[in-house]
Amino acid sequence: MTVKLVAALDQGTTSTRCMLFDRQGRMVSIAQREHQQYYPHPGWVEHDAAEIWSIVRRIIPQALADAGVGAAEVVALGVTNQRETAVLWNRHTGVPVGRAIVWQDTRTTDVLADLATRIDPARVLARTGLPMANYFSAAKLRWMLDRNPAAAAAAAAGDLLFGTMDSWITWNLSGGPGRDGGGPGVHVTDVTNASRTMLMNLDTLDWDPELLAATAIPRAVLPEIRPTIGVVARTVDPVPGIAIGALIGDQQASLFGQTAFEAGEAKCTFGTGSFLLLNTGPEVIRSSHGLITTVAHKVAGEPAVYALEGSVAQAGGLVQWCRDNLGLIRSPAEIETLARSVPDNGGCYLVPAFSGLFAPYWDNMAQGVLVGLTSYVTKAHIARAVLEATAWQTHDVVDAMNADAGVAARSLAVDGGMTSDNLLMQTIADVLDIPVVRPMMAETVALGAAYAAGLAVGYWSDRQVLRRFWRKAGEWQPSMTAARREVELARWKHAVAAAQLWGQRPG
Amino acid sequence: MPGNVQSVERAAAILRLLADEDEPQALAQVASALGLAKPTAHGILRTLEDVGFVEQDVPNGPYRVAADLFHLGRGEKLDPNELRSLSMNWTDALAARTGESARVATFHRGRAEVAHHVFRADGGTQVLVTGSVVPLHASALGKVLLAYYPGAARTLLRQDLPALTTRTIIDRVALQRELAGIRDVGWAGSVGEVDPAVAGVAAPIRDRGGYVVAVVGIEGAIERVCDDRSRPRTALVTQVTRAGRAISRELGHGRDR
Repeated sequence: MTVKLVAALDQGTTSTRCMLFDRQGRMVSIAQREHQQYYPHPGWVEHDAAEIWSIVRRIIPQALADAGVGAAEVVALGVTNQRETAVLWNRHTGVPVGRAIVWQDTRTTDVLADLATRIDPARVLARTGLPMANYFSAAKLRWMLDRNPAAAAAAAAGDLLFGTMDSWITWNLSGGPGRDGGGPGVHVTDVTNASRTMLMNLDTLDWDPELLAATAIPRAVLPEIRPTIGVVARTVDPVPGIAIGALIGDQQASLFGQTAFEAGEAKCTFGTGSFLLLNTGPEVIRSSHGLITTVAHKVAGEPAVYALEGSVAQAGGLVQWCRDNLGLIRSPAEIETLARSVPDNGGCYLVPAFSGLFAPYWDNMAQGVLVGLTSYVTKAHIARAVLEATAWQTHDVVDAMNADAGVAARSLAVDGGMTSDNLLMQTIADVLDIPVVRPMMAETVALGAAYAAGLAVGYWSDRQVLRRFWRKAGEWQPSMTAARREVELARWKHAVAAAQLWGQRPG
Repeated sequence: MPGNVQSVERAAAILRLLADEDEPQALAQVASALGLAKPTAHGILRTLEDVGFVEQDVPNGPYRVAADLFHLGRGEKLDPNELRSLSMNWTDALAARTGESARVATFHRGRAEVAHHVFRADGGTQVLVTGSVVPLHASALGKVLLAYYPGAARTLLRQDLPALTTRTIIDRVALQRELAGIRDVGWAGSVGEVDPAVAGVAAPIRDRGGYVVAVVGIEGAIERVCDDRSRPRTALVTQVTRAGRAISRELGHGRDR
C-alpha cells in the first residue's frame, strides 16, 4: 500500500514553505525559503510576486522529494497565505504590474482620507467588519491604479487581474496564462481572504457594489470568491495533477489548525505579526473594543463561520528588524539569548508602531518609539523591551476580547514560530496572568491549510478526527506579582500614548 | 607529500581580496582581479557563502567577507535558543509519532543541558524542563554527547560516576565500551539507568561540517519504550534517529543547497 499525504503551501510575509503531513496530522517533510523584502521609502513594504512564485515552483518538488513521494501520492494541497498583500498582474503574460504592496505598508493614508469623503467609514465598518486602515487591500489596489494610468486603463479593459497571494499562487499553480495567454489559470480567492480586502460584504460574502463604486475598482479585476474548503482546481505547475482543496488566510488557517472549530474557541499566532482570533460561530459579531470581524472559514453549502480578530502588526517582524536593520543579533532566536543576559528592561519600552497601530488602537498615524533611555540601557535591555512589546500588545488584544466576550479567558492557546522563544512565552503568561499553552504542532498555519484541503477531498472523514490530534506540547504558568504587572502595564500604556503623540508631530 | 590544493589556494586568494576591499565585490570583479574563469570564481564564492565565510546582501549581488569569519576559534557555540528554534518542528513530530516526551540537549558549561522539551502526548500534568541538566553518563541524551563530543568526554575523565540506580554504568572501562557501541550504531539507549522505571533513546544532531553539536531523544516508562527483552523498541529507535537526521539537515548537514 502506498502512503498518501496531504500538502500545505504557506506563503508568509518573510518566507514560503511547503509541508507534507500524514493521516495523523504529523509533519513528514518541509521545504522553505525566504524572499526579499523591499523598503523603498519609510512606511513602504513591497514583495516581488514573481520571486515568490519562483520560490513556490522550487519548494513544492523539494518537499515531495524529501518525503519520497510523487504528486500521485498527494491527495490535496491547501494554499494559505499572508493576507491583504495586493498583487496586480497581466492575465495574458502572467507578469506582475509593479511590486506587490504588503499588508504592513502605510502609503495609502491619503487614499483612505479621500475615500472617507465618498463613503462614511462607519458604513465601511458595517459592511466589511473593518476600520478604514492602510492594512487592508482595497486602498493598496486603488493606489496602484491611481499611480499608473496605463494600468488603470488596462484594468478597465479587463487585461489585468488583482488578487491577494492566494489568488496569485492559485492562478499560477493552475497553469497561469498558458501557451496562448488565454489561461488555464483560475482566478479565485476564498471568503477568508476576500474578507480582508475591505471590498467584501460580510453578509452576502460577495463583492459589495457600494464599496466597488466608492473605490472605483472595476469588478473585472477581482477574483471569484469561493468557499474556503472545496477543490478549486488541479495543479498544472510545478507538478501536475494535485487537487487544490482549500484556500485560507494564514490566521484563519491557524485557527483551523488549532482545531478551534466551535464558537468560543480562540488562538493567538506569533509570526511576523501576532493575531488573536476568536471563533464566533455562524453569527457576525461586532466588537465594541477595537477588534475586527472576519470570516473564519466556509464550507460549500454551509453557513460561513465568523471570528473576531485582534491584529498586531509587529511581533516576529520586530525581531527580524533587530537582526536586519540594527544588527543586534544574527538570528531571530538570539533575541532570547540577548534578552536573558539581563534581568529586566532597565526602564526602556519599545512600541513598534511601524505600520501605525493596529488593534485595539487603529491609529494610522502612530509611529514607533523607544522610550526610557538612559546611559544604563544596553542592547540587552532593548532586546527585553522587544519581547515585552509583543507580550504587551498581546495583552491589549486579549483585554479587548475579554471585554467583548464579557468573560475573561482562562488560558491562551498559542502557536507560530515565535513560540520557540521560551522567554517570550513566559512573559506573555506573566502579563496576562493566565497559563499559555502550545500545541504539539507549532506550525498551525500550514497544518490548518492541510486539514482544510484534506477534508475537502475526504482524506479525513470529519473534524472530530482532527480534534483528536490536538496535543499539549508545552505550557507556561504566570509568575509575576500583581503589583509589578500593574506598574509595567501603566508604563506600557504611557509608551503607547507617546507613539500616538509622535504620530501627531508637526510637519 | 602532494602539492597544494588549487581550489583552497584560490579560495584563500578570494578571501584576501574581499577582506582588502572596502566595497563588496561583484563576481566579475573577483574573477578578473584573480584571473579566474567566471564559473570557477562563482563556484568558489558559492561554497564560501555556504560555509558562512562570505555573504551577499541580495541574491546575485556583490560579495563581502562575512562577520562569522572573524569569530573563528573564539569559542562561538551553537546557541541553545537557536537550536530550539531549528528543531521544534521535528521534535513535535517525534513526540507525536512516539507518544513520548521529546528533548533536545547540548553540551553547555560542562554539562548536558536541555535546550527544548516537548510534553508527552497522553496529557497529565507536565512541567517544561528546559534549562535543566541531565546526567552525562546515565541518560541516553548524555551518553550520545559523551560518545561524539570531545569536550563532553574530557569532563568525564575528571569526575566520579555516581550510581543513580543499580543499572547505572559506573565503571569507566564499561562506559568506554558502551560509548564505542553507541558510535557503531548511531544511537544510545538508557534503560533504568537514571530512574529505575524510565528508559530513553537518543541520537546525535550534526552541524554542516558533520560535528555532533547536540542530541535529540525521547524518554518514557520502560514498559512502553522497551520490548520484553528490555531493549528499546526498534520502531522508536528508528523515529529518534530519523529526527536526529532531520534536525541535522536544518543545521545544514548533508544539504546540497
